[in-house]
Amino acid sequence: MEKTSFKTKLKRIVKAGFFSFWRSGYVSFSSVMVMVITLSVIGSVFFIGAILNLTMDELRDKVDVNVYFVTTAEEEDILALKTKIEALPEVKFVGYTSREQALENFKIQHENDQITLQALEELDDNPLGASLNIRANEPSQYEGIANFLNEENILSKEGHKIIDKINYFQNRVAIDKLSRIIYSADRLGLIISLALVIVSIIITSNTVRLTIYISREEISVMQLVGASKNYIKGPFMFTGSLVGLLSGIITTILFFPILYWLGNITQNFFIGFNIFDYYLSNFFQIVFIIIGSGIAIGVVSSLLAVRKYLKL
Amino acid sequence: MIIFDNVSKKYNNDYIALEKVSFAVNPNEFVSIVGPSGAGKTTLLRMLLAEDKPTEGKVFLHDTDIHTLSSKDINFVRRKIGAVFQDFRLLPNKNVYENIAFAMEAAGRSDEEIESDVPHVLELVDLTPKIWNFPRELSGGEKQRVAIARAIVNQPDIIIADEPTGNLDPVNTYDIVQIFKKINDLGTTVILTTHNKGVIDSIGRRVITMQDGKIIRDDKTGKYIL
Repeated sequence: MEKTSFKTKLKRIVKAGFFSFWRSGYVSFSSVMVMVITLSVIGSVFFIGAILNLTMDELRDKVDVNVYFVTTAEEEDILALKTKIEALPEVKFVGYTSREQALENFKIQHENDQITLQALEELDDNPLGASLNIRANEPSQYEGIANFLNEENILSKEGHKIIDKINYFQNRVAIDKLSRIIYSADRLGLIISLALVIVSIIITSNTVRLTIYISREEISVMQLVGASKNYIKGPFMFTGSLVGLLSGIITTILFFPILYWLGNITQNFFIGFNIFDYYLSNFFQIVFIIIGSGIAIGVVSSLLAVRKYLKL
Repeated sequence: MIIFDNVSKKYNNDYIALEKVSFAVNPNEFVSIVGPSGAGKTTLLRMLLAEDKPTEGKVFLHDTDIHTLSSKDINFVRRKIGAVFQDFRLLPNKNVYENIAFAMEAAGRSDEEIESDVPHVLELVDLTPKIWNFPRELSGGEKQRVAIARAIVNQPDIIIADEPTGNLDPVNTYDIVQIFKKINDLGTTVILTTHNKGVIDSIGRRVITMQDGKIIRDDKTGKYIL
């Protein structure tokens, strides 16, 4: 009796799924609308994540620790210390500013301040010491680095103290606060995003399940005429994937005008970051995530719902 | 050959739907099962379609106890039994052609067979002009003809009809009964439940009478007596 090939079965499933989607117009339309909202939430979480990351990176970049050396410190000793600091795993970058460079920078900074410059000329020697600018991977790591420098009791070959001051101890409260804010914002962002995504997936999944609940009588009739479970499930899963695909395409299109409008706002607010440009440059990745999520939610919700009404 | 061997069905609340029911139906027989509502007629048919399992006893179809079969094998059994119901049970989002084609697709028939058999079977039930209509566009009698066409399209060994005329006017009732007689004359076993006296008297074949889950009469050429 079983004469049909896999290709024929697939063709029938696709055709039945498409007709079912098309003929239950209002129900399909509602599912697509709810799914568009879910996919927009997923997409927005993606964009908010990008903005948050960028902001955090900017903030992290603004935090650093400067080590100022006494004017008598030898360059050789400072560079030896630089190598030592660079070897620490939590250190991302160490920049050296020599005494001459420091003086140069000072002069540039005060080029319109003739009194200061004159006062500087009066001095016999360069009053500025060399410095090391240290950047850690995470703001929370500065304390460790500062403590390391403090405990190391760094001395020159002759046994003199070469470090004048470490500005971490002046900025400590601000750095600690900032690092706590960054950590909390990261965590909070993740929790809120996850909660939003989960809630919208549950709502969409329930909508898809409701549309199949409407068809429960139909499923029992299909079983009564001897249709196999897979043959019954197939069209519902195809309809689910169609809802996901269509919603994904609509969401992707909707993001164009919304993000174009938001682009200028983000550009002014977050220096140089335009969300619309970000969307365009990551377009294929974002479309893949949105459409892929839509199809996955549609198919899985349909499968779970149909299974509930298959009695055998 | 269908055999009900000492079949009982009790539901959770100790309600007895069937009590020690035994009877056999030979190939090509036309059997009417009659009785008041709640007598157990529908439960009996549900057992034959493996929609429900007996609490005690066995139901045999061609020497196989159908309640020992796997769900896959039950699908094969169902393709050998055509079922017609009082509420038609058509697929609302499929047109007449697709409703009948679905039963053939489920049985794994080819596209060519479907294209040739569906119009033919619609001709048998006199519904050719409605081939592209949806169930909501049909009258009760027309819906029941579609259900019959769907039931017979796979040339089943048995047709079971649960109160098929329950929702129909006398003219449609007469027509539907004539279709069942024609199907039986062509060699298919028909099991029909009803509580319509006129239907039973016009058929003039075997009548099993049920009451309170038990068989109280089994007449070879019976009439509706209660």
